[in-house]
This record gives sequence, C-alpha cells and structure tokens, in this order.
Amino acid sequence: MEPFKRLEAIALPLDLPNMDTDQIIPARFLWRPRAAGYGDLLFNDLRYAPDGAASPDFVLNQPSYAGAKILVAEKNFGCGSSREQAVWALHDYGFRAVIAPSFGDIFYNNCCKQGVVPVVLPEAAVAALRAAAPGALITVDLERQTVTGPDGFHATFEIAAYQRRQLLDGLDDVALTLAFIETMAAFETEYDRALPWLTARPASA
Amino acid sequence: MTSAQPLSLFEKIWRRHTILEREDGAVLLHVGRHLVHDGTAAAFRSLADRGLKPRRPDRTFGTADHYAPTTSRELASIADPGKRAMIESLATSAETLGFTAFGLGDKRQGIIHVIGPEQGITQPGLVIVCGDSHTATHGALGALAFGIGSSEVAHVLATQALWQTKPRSMRITVTGALAPGVTAKDLILAIIAKIGAAGGTGHVIEYAGPAITALSIEARLTLCNMSIEAGARAGMVAPDETTFAYLRGRPYAPTGDAWEQALAYWRGLPSDEGAVFDTEVTLEGEKIEPMVTWGLSPETAVPIGGRIPDPAAEPDEDRRAAMLHALDYMGLAPGTAITDIAVDRVFIGSCTNSRIEDLRAAAAIVAGKQAKIPAIVVPGSGLVKAQAEAEGLDQVFLGAGMEWRHAGCSMCVGMNGDIAAPRERCASTSNRNFAGRQGRLARTHLVSPAMAAAAALAGHFIDVRAFKDN
Repeated sequence: MEPFKRLEAIALPLDLPNMDTDQIIPARFLWRPRAAGYGDLLFNDLRYAPDGAASPDFVLNQPSYAGAKILVAEKNFGCGSSREQAVWALHDYGFRAVIAPSFGDIFYNNCCKQGVVPVVLPEAAVAALRAAAPGALITVDLERQTVTGPDGFHATFEIAAYQRRQLLDGLDDVALTLAFIETMAAFETEYDRALPWLTARPASA
Repeated sequence: MTSAQPLSLFEKIWRRHTILEREDGAVLLHVGRHLVHDGTAAAFRSLADRGLKPRRPDRTFGTADHYAPTTSRELASIADPGKRAMIESLATSAETLGFTAFGLGDKRQGIIHVIGPEQGITQPGLVIVCGDSHTATHGALGALAFGIGSSEVAHVLATQALWQTKPRSMRITVTGALAPGVTAKDLILAIIAKIGAAGGTGHVIEYAGPAITALSIEARLTLCNMSIEAGARAGMVAPDETTFAYLRGRPYAPTGDAWEQALAYWRGLPSDEGAVFDTEVTLEGEKIEPMVTWGLSPETAVPIGGRIPDPAAEPDEDRRAAMLHALDYMGLAPGTAITDIAVDRVFIGSCTNSRIEDLRAAAAIVAGKQAKIPAIVVPGSGLVKAQAEAEGLDQVFLGAGMEWRHAGCSMCVGMNGDIAAPRERCASTSNRNFAGRQGRLARTHLVSPAMAAAAALAGHFIDVRAFKDN
C-alpha cells in the first residue's frame, strides 16, 4: 500500500451519524473482484437514483467537492459489517483520510490496512470542519498527528503507534509478522500442548 | 495464569493468547479458531498472491452462508456467475488448502455463527475470529470472538495471529429475571437503545447477572451476536454448567480425558471476584419489554407499547436531522403507535435468531393460525432444519401459509437475492435495520422471533404477550 505522510486536499462533509458500511458499499456488490475497482460503487444508493442518474442533492455529486480526498464524517462512521470493500470503495474513489468523532472498530482497522488514515477528533472540532466553506482545504499530517484547516483550525489526534507506523511506511504487515516466526512457533507448541483437545474431530470423520 | 491481580474473563483469554507485546503497545494475538465463509474469496486470493499457504488449516473451519440459495441446494440455481464463484471459491480453497468446510451439499452447512457452536467448534477460552462482524456471537460460550476485515483474514490465514491493541472492558449486568414473553433479542435491543450504537466502541462487553446466567446458550448467542450493534467488537458470557452441558457430545467437542482437561481450563475462566472493568452498566431485567426498532440504527429500539418519537422534541440539530432522514426513509410519522404500523413481510432467520429455540418460539405463535402477509422462515443450519422437521415445525409454518427454506444468511443481508421490494416494510428477526440492508429502499424493523410471528398473523406489530392471551 501507498505510504501516507501528509495530505492537503479538499474535504467533503457528510452529515449523517451512524453511516454504516452497508450504505458505504451495498452488499449486492461485494462479490466484485478487488482488481475491478470499487470507486464507482462508493455510497451507491445515496449517490445514484434507482435508474442510475446521479442524485444532485448528494454531496459527492456537487461540483465544489470534486477531487475531494478527505472525508469529514459524523459519529460512528463505518459501523456495522466488517466488509473491507467499504474502505476499498473510499480508497478507489480517491479518499486517503476520514475524520470523524468515532468509527466502527473493524472499519477503523481496515482503513489502516489500505492506506486510508482514520482520524478521531472531538465532536465539536469535526462539526467545525464539516461547516467549512465548500472546496475548503484541510491538511492531515500523520507524522505530526495534526489536522489543520480554514480559520486557523488546528487539532491533534491519537492513533496507535503500530498503525501509524504501518500507514507512514505503507507496510504489508504479513511480512512484518512473519519476521516473528520463531516466537510464534514456540508459542504454538506450548499452546497446542496446553490445549490438546482442540484437535478433537468427529468420530466419523 | 496465576496472578495476585483479579482478572476478568476477557483478560484471561487475552493473556492466554498473547504471543508477544511490543513496546508500542501492539499485541500479537494467537488465534484459536479461524472461521471462514463464502465471502472470503479476496483473502484466499491475497494469500495466493503472496505465495503463502495457511499456517494452521487444522484450526480453520468454513461454510457457505452469505451467498447460499435458500430455495435450492444446487449451485447451478445461482444465476449470477460472480456470486456462484464466491461459493465455489470456498469449496476449492478448502480442498487445495486443506481446511474443513461444510458446503451446500453437506447437512451441517449453515450460517457460520450457528454451526460453530452447533458443531462444538466454538469453545470457551479461545480467541475466535472470522471475516464477519457477527463473530461476536461465539462469545456466548465464553470465547473472545470478534470480526475482522479481509486483510486481517489473509493475515490470520498466513500467520494464525493478529496484531491488536488491548480493548477496554465493559460489564453489563442485568439484574432480576426477564418477564414472560421477553427474549434475549428484546434484551439486547434494550441494551443498545440504552448505551447507543457507539456505546460499546473500543470495548469488549461481558454480560453478567442473574438474568444472563438464566439464559440458555441459544439465547446467549442471540445476546452476544448483536454486541457489534452496540459498537463493541466482542460480547461474552462466562462459561458455566449450562455451557458445559451444551458442549458435551458435540462433534468437535473433546471426549474422555480430553473433556476433563478442557473442563479444568474452562472452569478457571470466569471473571475473578474484584475484577475491574473500565465501564459498568446495569439494567433491571424485569423492566425489559418486547422491543421494535423504528429507524435506521438498532439504537432506535422502543418497547412495543411505545410511539415513534417526535424529532421536534430533539434539541440537538444533528440528531434531529438524522431522525427526520430515518423517518422519511422508513415512511413513518412522529407519534404513531408502534402497534399501528402495518407490516408487509416477515423474515425469521439470521445468525441472530435462526436456531431451534427461535423456530419453536415462532411456531408456538402461528400454530393453527394463518399469516396475513408473506413470511419466510430460514433455519440457521441444515441440522436446525432437520431438527425442526423432526418436531413438525415445518408443517406448522407451512400450514400457516409461511415459506420454509434452506439454511443461509438470506434476508439478513440479501446477498443471495432474498430481498424485500423497495418501500416494503419487513418485520425481521435479523440484526441490522440499516438503509438498504434488506434491499434498496426496503424498510426493516428488528424484532424477536415471537414478535415477528405475531406480526405475520396480525399484519401489524402487536404485543406478543397480549396476543398469547387472545
């Protein structure tokens, strides 16, 4: 995945709380292979009318937010299903950071695996960012863990050190974990000995 | 495992599975059981792209559920080649990678969160993960079970481990006992209504108290299942004699000396006296009533005797806007009595409510009566289906004019094509009333199996307690 250090981009505000992953990417599209891209499916049912026409009221379709790379959302963004396709859709559309007062836990972790930075800020700060003029630029600096924006907006955010590192370096954590293979093997030997019943299989099998 | 410091159930399992902890707080957690399903294709592909094989196929179990057709057991009945390929991917991966999978032709096939416990694959004291948010279900047996994304699934396949930061802990104590006609579904909806859809974010919940320990394992599965709907990644109940009696004799449960050895580990798991939780919540069991959701989040649950709330009375502007959006989508007016809401369709099924006790509860309501609206009953597994048929429940549902289907996720998520029409109002025993969840523009109300069955007969929501008396 692509490393993320600092990004200055147009921020797109999304006002609805509890924006679940079913709305970010409806379940009927989830069989599509990753390589086919998911950007066109992002927020599908909010973005398009059933006949496929763009819904002019939906913020993603408004010209002043064209090229937005930072999403400023409401509380509990990405709640619900574990589908990583929700992050694929955001990523493939062009979003590289999401700012919200809170996130669904699984969605948050999925973001870190795809190079999309999840930023938690207090509700009032996020509300101020959502209220910024259309087309306003926001900067997310992952190295400094800061968000800056219009009218002198400045805030710092927390992120777990290993997730920050993974995003900064764009690392594949499977390779990283396999570096601990000996420790893992020793652990498994002890675990298998302590919990030997986990090998139980049906008598007929 | 001995420690002077009192530990919670969660902490004991966390410690037992910690391979290493880095200075930055990241913990590499071993995975006791890895569950996969027919939505796992991307992770299998990712593993193959890296040239890796599963580290522990012996600890990996799968089934076809999300895309499983419920009107046929034939793969060929799936018209869409893309969806058919998802089920094929599971079967092919199981074959080539060497893990156990229960496919469409296997009577043990079913919803992964139903068959894990049913087969005894789910056991106390294990870290259990699955690429599905409702993995929290398995916590009912005293496991630490949580959902993960596709990248994490690939990571677990490759390493049988996962990087995590330690979540906070929450204990939800339910005092007293649930009233007659009130179920675990009503209880979890009441809990979510109380703490909110993000109330458990970053937490692992332990459910405790007399109203919890009195629950059957199947009821505990319903309870823990919807922990994710309160934002928590995991919910759990301490293993007890009810748990052990449930597990004994299940196909993948230990036997003989191994059973005794397992039992010794399991008996040490319940939270120690004095264990500290970051957050404590208490509910009075007697006060819980049958619940119905009215909005687009499970936190919008109200008692059956309640009314649709009025956004005008909501002082917070953002919250008011969200309520107006939900009422518009749901086609509901403020002040409407819940019992005045007409229902178009009923779905009884899902990993929340598709086990034999759920089907018995629904059948008890509809026995000898006629449904006024279309209703489908989708058992959680082939074995639940067989059990229900042995008890004659299929004939009860069919006699009431309801459909009796094959096992799968079905209308909970609609990925197999089982959906409601636009603007159709569905009384559903599933777990999510999100916009579009049961089909584009479909309107979902979450209820217990008995409440869904009663709505099928009445054509509108009705208090199942009053209904029984009639």
